[in-house]
Amino acid sequence: MEPFAFSRAGSADDAIRAGAGASTAQQGAEVRFVAGGTTLLDLMKLDVERPRRVVDINHLPLDRVESLPDGGLKIGALVRNADLAHHPAVRRDYAVLSQALLAGASAQLRNMASTGGNLLQRTRCVYFRDAGAPCNKREPGSGCSAIHGFNRTMAILGTSEHCIATHPSDMSVALAALEARVAIQGVHGERSVPIGEFFLLPGDTPQHENVLAPGDLVTHVILPPPRKGARSHYLKLRDRASYEFALASAAVVLAVEDGRIAHARVALGGVGTRPWRSPEAEQALLGKPANGETFAAAAAAALRQARPQSQNGFKVELARRCLSHALTTVAAA
Amino acid sequence: MSDEKSREPAPQDPVVRDHGNLKLGRRHFLQLVGMTSAASGLGLPAAAYAAAGALHVAGAGQATPDGDDTVTVNLKINGQPRTLRVDPRTTLLDALREQLALTGTKKGCDHGQCGACTVHVNGRRVNACLSLLAMHEGDEVTTVEGLGRPGALHPVQQAFLDHDGYQCGYCTSGQIMSAAALLKEPCGPADADVKEAMSGNICRCGAYSNILAAIQQVRKAQGGA
Repeated sequence: MEPFAFSRAGSADDAIRAGAGASTAQQGAEVRFVAGGTTLLDLMKLDVERPRRVVDINHLPLDRVESLPDGGLKIGALVRNADLAHHPAVRRDYAVLSQALLAGASAQLRNMASTGGNLLQRTRCVYFRDAGAPCNKREPGSGCSAIHGFNRTMAILGTSEHCIATHPSDMSVALAALEARVAIQGVHGERSVPIGEFFLLPGDTPQHENVLAPGDLVTHVILPPPRKGARSHYLKLRDRASYEFALASAAVVLAVEDGRIAHARVALGGVGTRPWRSPEAEQALLGKPANGETFAAAAAAALRQARPQSQNGFKVELARRCLSHALTTVAAA
Repeated sequence: MSDEKSREPAPQDPVVRDHGNLKLGRRHFLQLVGMTSAASGLGLPAAAYAAAGALHVAGAGQATPDGDDTVTVNLKINGQPRTLRVDPRTTLLDALREQLALTGTKKGCDHGQCGACTVHVNGRRVNACLSLLAMHEGDEVTTVEGLGRPGALHPVQQAFLDHDGYQCGYCTSGQIMSAAALLKEPCGPADADVKEAMSGNICRCGAYSNILAAIQQVRKAQGGA
């Protein structure tokens, strides 16, 4: 691990001021905020992250889950994954989020990992994590080792010729289906970004993963009020039953009225370069009868743009079945 | 090893970093550790720690809460107030093992993938390897040494004895700390629920069925399963 200076932020402004001294908030950032540390410390030990300054934000008052007047939920960035998963309001109104959180990592890691940190967790691509291998995300311009290498776990949606790394978060897939917003405080004040615009596609700049600029601090995640009559579900498929990243996952929110689908939100995990909202699947569901035929058509629509690599062609069918099964489960609930 | 040429980092060495005047490659680092170890008779971890300290002096220089290259942390470990002054890179795990000689907590993967380093922070189980000591100002840390003691074992420790919940023993302290925390967490009564809740602790010997039996014995005794 490279040497760094350590400080504790006494206020959000403290953290923002320190962060603003960096040249980027993306790969290569000289200043990093630490909350749970489960991604940052891991990558610092691998020399993938080499901040010169680490700012501990754990003492900021961002550890609460608050109900909003409109019926939504305001989740502090420091709320731990375990606490969020077991929060009564989340279990009752946003089951897909609770299920996604509990499907991720281990009990120990969920006790540590924060809401903001989960949003910002980095890909598990083996070449990104190997400081000796070419990787455009880690070292822009060095090439992508995965395209002609081990790519079984890589993305099939949203890839580019420069990067095919999968976004690893389960939580963010549920947040995409719930149409969450990310509240950010920065040098120019506060703003909130729809989750669909928070994450960037790799394109020719895979080192840029989200909209955060130097000094930006994720303070909250905002959930809109739950849609009346809707039910939600998260299904995750992986190489082992627990403590493993998704090969394919599906987050679905569905409302059925008089046998027809009145509301549908769909996002996929384990297959996209970012948490993958599928308007194509939603379009295929809306107004249709809630049956297997509709669900299969929606799953096919969600994967129509898939571009598999040499070793991950199986993900196309796996993701289709995953989504179809998740929709069947939520419709039958 | 005293040959100057052999101490130069090899050109093909993938891990070569420039720390001020000191260039250090993986080969050089291992040689340095070997020399320190041979000279002092220290074990590898202590020697590695010393080498890391030398590295740090050559490389850093930014302000920290101490105004130099160290950070001071006040916390409670197994009920005892402690003040530690460390290199900011020191993980909670390394501080426990190398500074406080609490070697009951094990280093397995050092990346949060095996659970051998599981301890309790403020009553919750965490991976000590993925946490900087500096992040624990004011916290209360419990290690396996603080869970029970000979003659007054924690029920989980006794149950592991009763059910032979180990073979080589390397993962055992992490398994026990994880299981002790699990007793206070939301967890269904079934064996499958416990397996899921314990999935963050890997046992390469494969003592899982006995570990499961040990945990279920304690939960049944406490009315939780």
